[in-house]
Amino acid sequence: MNLPGGHGFLLLLALFFALAAGLVGCFALLKRMVLASDVISHLALPGLGIAFLLKINPLVGGGATLFLGTLLVWQLQKKTGLTTDATIGVVFAAALAIGAAVTPREDLIEALFGELQHISLLGFILGLAATLFVVLSVFLLKDRLALSVFSPELAATIGVNVARIDLYFLLVFSLTVLVGLRFMGTLLASALIILPAATARQLTDKLSHFLLVSSITALVSVLAGFLFNALVFRLSTVGPAIVIFSALLFGLSLVRRRT
Amino acid sequence: MAHSILSVTKVKIAFGDRVVIQDLSFEAHAGDCLAVIGPNGSGKTVLLKALLNLIPYEGEIRWSPEARLGYVPQKIAADRQLPLRLRDLLEAKATVLKLSGTELDQVSSEVGLTRELLDTSIGHLSGGQFQKALIAFALLGQPNVLLFDEPTASLDELTEEHVYELLHSLQRDKGMTVILVSHDLSVVYRYANMVLCLSKGKPCMGPPKDILTPAMLEELYAAPARYYRHIED
Repeated sequence: MNLPGGHGFLLLLALFFALAAGLVGCFALLKRMVLASDVISHLALPGLGIAFLLKINPLVGGGATLFLGTLLVWQLQKKTGLTTDATIGVVFAAALAIGAAVTPREDLIEALFGELQHISLLGFILGLAATLFVVLSVFLLKDRLALSVFSPELAATIGVNVARIDLYFLLVFSLTVLVGLRFMGTLLASALIILPAATARQLTDKLSHFLLVSSITALVSVLAGFLFNALVFRLSTVGPAIVIFSALLFGLSLVRRRT
Repeated sequence: MAHSILSVTKVKIAFGDRVVIQDLSFEAHAGDCLAVIGPNGSGKTVLLKALLNLIPYEGEIRWSPEARLGYVPQKIAADRQLPLRLRDLLEAKATVLKLSGTELDQVSSEVGLTRELLDTSIGHLSGGQFQKALIAFALLGQPNVLLFDEPTASLDELTEEHVYELLHSLQRDKGMTVILVSHDLSVVYRYANMVLCLSKGKPCMGPPKDILTPAMLEELYAAPARYYRHIED
């Protein structure tokens, strides 16, 4: 059953996604996993392709390969000692190749860029629950995350299980990407995680302000993106407008920092 | 005599085929200031990390149940550009350990961290201030054992003096056990009551006057000990 009200519920979910993305992005930026986050969003592509082939909910397929792929990235880094960029090189190429091979041509653009569709009640509730879970997780873990970014060694001396925190964060990150796939597609889902955080980083040296400014920037980007797309672009996906607006805000933050 | 707070028995630490520490046994007692000395590569830092259970080892390292450890690392590979104020960092530890709000203020005043310093971004702290910050970080949670790894490396002499005075007052006033890695033998002589020498040969341990002899030091560092001699004009 699709929810009534045009794209109103979709916008509401997108705003919750923005809040989650703004918060998760702060720690992704601090953990220097900006490129890794791009890979993680691409991990959904093979699953989306298989779901389109089997005519099941694309987010179920995308979510399955996203989480399996995330565990693979974590294990590769932990067990092989490969650097993050090497892991990215391997997994990114494989996921994109498999995704491109299995996704039906007519669904490829939707998989890559997302599509504005009416949302079902179940989809809305699950999306809302996922974003609330992400927001809560970041608030509960923020001190452990900050300590493990500052010094994994010092964090370990006070009982923080750094490897477990890393995995948990990757999973929370993946969950955020999964919610964003609907609006942004695999190519742009991570952009709203990284750009607002990069913008906020230009403007503050205080952790709580960093989290706040990043969240607000993400919310403003989504609102402006939806509006801009409805009035100007009129595309079937809102991702490009959101990312363009988010990049614009980043540009403004550079000007603000110089002044 | 104070009771044993740390007992190390036949510890071996290796990285692949490279054995760094072999067959090391010693004890530390509550209230000791135990200095760990030895040439570069003898495993001083590695030993501290094993004592903190940060790296794998063979043998046994046993802390007494009441031991609460604080650690001040030699240098920290921390990203000083992080958007963290000193207060954020200390509050993060206080939250993880579920400490009371007053403890942070108490530790800050003990170490001499002003309100202004607490509100400074960690990237803007000087070397000495950053070292004080790490000491304050270690002191949160009321540890009774402090492990210091070259706490004054890269500090100027005056700041170094301040850090050692702070260390000494903590030990004297709170009866803390201190395990100190240092290259500075004059500091070791001033503050330590026991010295553990790590070298390629057999490790040795004893009071400074027995260990810091020219013959022992020559054997330890494989070179004659040199002292500064002031020559009057």
